[in-house]
Amino acid sequence: MRSATLTDTSYLADAPQGRSLWADARRRFFANRAAMAGLIALTLVAAFAIIGPLVAPWDHEEIDWAVLGQVETLGRPSLETGHWFGTDTLGRDLFARTAQGTQISLMVGLVGALIAVFVGTLYGAVAGYFGGRVDGAMMRTVDVLMSIPYMFVLILLLVVFGRSVLMLFVGIGLISWLDMARIARGQTLALKGKEFVEAAVATGVHPFRIILRHIVPNLLGVVIVYATLLVPSMIIYESFISFLGLGVQEPLTSWGALINEGSAEMRNGTIWQLAFPLGFFVVGLFGFFFVGDGLRDALDPKDR
Amino acid sequence: MTAFIIKRLLVAIPILILLIVLTFVLMYSAPGSPFASERNISPQVIANLEREYGLDRPFLAQIGTYIWNIVTDFDFGPSFIYRDQDVNDLIAQGFPVTLTYGFWAFVLAVTVGGTLGIVAALRQNTWLDYLAVGISIGAQVLPNFVLAPILVLVFTLWLGWLPGGGWQGGQWQFVILPVVALGTSFMASIARIARASMLEVLSSNFIRTARAKGLPARRIILRHALKPALLPVISYLGPAFVGMITGSVVIDIYFSTGGIGQFFVASALNRDYGVMMGITVLLGSLTILFNLLVDVAYAWIDPKIRY
Repeated sequence: MRSATLTDTSYLADAPQGRSLWADARRRFFANRAAMAGLIALTLVAAFAIIGPLVAPWDHEEIDWAVLGQVETLGRPSLETGHWFGTDTLGRDLFARTAQGTQISLMVGLVGALIAVFVGTLYGAVAGYFGGRVDGAMMRTVDVLMSIPYMFVLILLLVVFGRSVLMLFVGIGLISWLDMARIARGQTLALKGKEFVEAAVATGVHPFRIILRHIVPNLLGVVIVYATLLVPSMIIYESFISFLGLGVQEPLTSWGALINEGSAEMRNGTIWQLAFPLGFFVVGLFGFFFVGDGLRDALDPKDR
Repeated sequence: MTAFIIKRLLVAIPILILLIVLTFVLMYSAPGSPFASERNISPQVIANLEREYGLDRPFLAQIGTYIWNIVTDFDFGPSFIYRDQDVNDLIAQGFPVTLTYGFWAFVLAVTVGGTLGIVAALRQNTWLDYLAVGISIGAQVLPNFVLAPILVLVFTLWLGWLPGGGWQGGQWQFVILPVVALGTSFMASIARIARASMLEVLSSNFIRTARAKGLPARRIILRHALKPALLPVISYLGPAFVGMITGSVVIDIYFSTGGIGQFFVASALNRDYGVMMGITVLLGSLTILFNLLVDVAYAWIDPKIRY
């Protein structure tokens, strides 16, 4: 019986509830209508990418020989033929292809942002924490890398080592972390002088442990906001390369490659080939931008 | 000031060399010979070709010659595919085109974007402000490769006002769509930056002092607010330049303008390493040079920068 009284926590209900930074941010984020619209749009786009290939009556590689050659008339978007978004010029189902392209584009964006989060945050935190020469050398390196026209180097990389999704990830990962490193460094410089870091130093905690346990968790807010805004720019990079025909290779596709095909064919009266990929591109990017802005407003303590 | 410029130059030169070395190492480590193709060429022929282009020499000798030729003769090397062409020919052919529409796109972005941003800040929360903010949000999701097809769809296919491609020696009808497609997203970014910084400047103490002194609004804006408000715009010009150089590739491909980007993509698809490397190094040098100019301009305008 005694143990029961000890675990009885009903008295806590009367105590005032503390509000954590994250709970506050969550409340502000859900109150932001633009951000919620962005979140809903993103959820729908992601659902399309995941569920789309499963429900599509056609495979993204499959050629519908019945419409081939008469794509302008028979390849129109229609429910009867099962080509809900129409077909492309080769008679492949555009619904399945758009879903597959959306997968690749979202994946490139997320992988780029993840690399930026891990590499950029650690790099910036180390540079900012150690300061002095280490900081100087590390940040000069970032400056140098940023002043190189990376898109050309990236294309060079893809041509030399073969075009593959993996190479695309490597190439985009090489550049995505630079901005993040700068931001993380700036924040670390501000955190370095705080009492809790001093206390950790005074008790003899190892510098790398201080960075991982005390600095990095405090960078999270900024890192999350910036990573969300980084996703669309990574998607734009990939689409840019794929638009030039230098990105993912057939039969795989991506938003950029689909927009390229659609824009090449729009003179032939098959406007749906441009409209559907373009629509998903615009909605997806808007979603990321609005969610990113919403997160920034929610996590920025200046507006309290 | 001279010391600052020299110091910045000393930083720029190693970056340039790094860029050359990086591209060269990439090319050098490419698997297979650049002359290997689908056609069956005997190993003897490939070896002869490699000797002719100097590819059989040790790495350091190759890269040394390459850098030396660039520095002394401004020679970016030969094409590995077309015997009668070298990179300098392609540059001479394509660069004037790229420069023409690039220049106008830059002018469009800076003048229209800057004006839009400043006016939006001065008329905050009016329809003009909402228009500027709306444009800059909309342009975020319309990068050049998305905007170009939309422009052609509307102005060429539906309205029939402007040609959807070609260059024709740079007649104005052929220049408009490339310029708008390339410049719009940068115009929007500049408008956003100019608006934000103008709003910040307008609420700062020295503007309040100027108002308190009873200066006319016109004078406050022109003499006191404009210069500090445009500083962030100037520091954005470097990235904008890089973005435009990169974007010119899409413009050249989409509008068949015959600029340098068209050669770059063609060489990438042909695996013509010589041309790819030459164009990368040339555009990289231009970027670094432009960033240097921007830095100098910034230091010259902003008295807070010490050099």
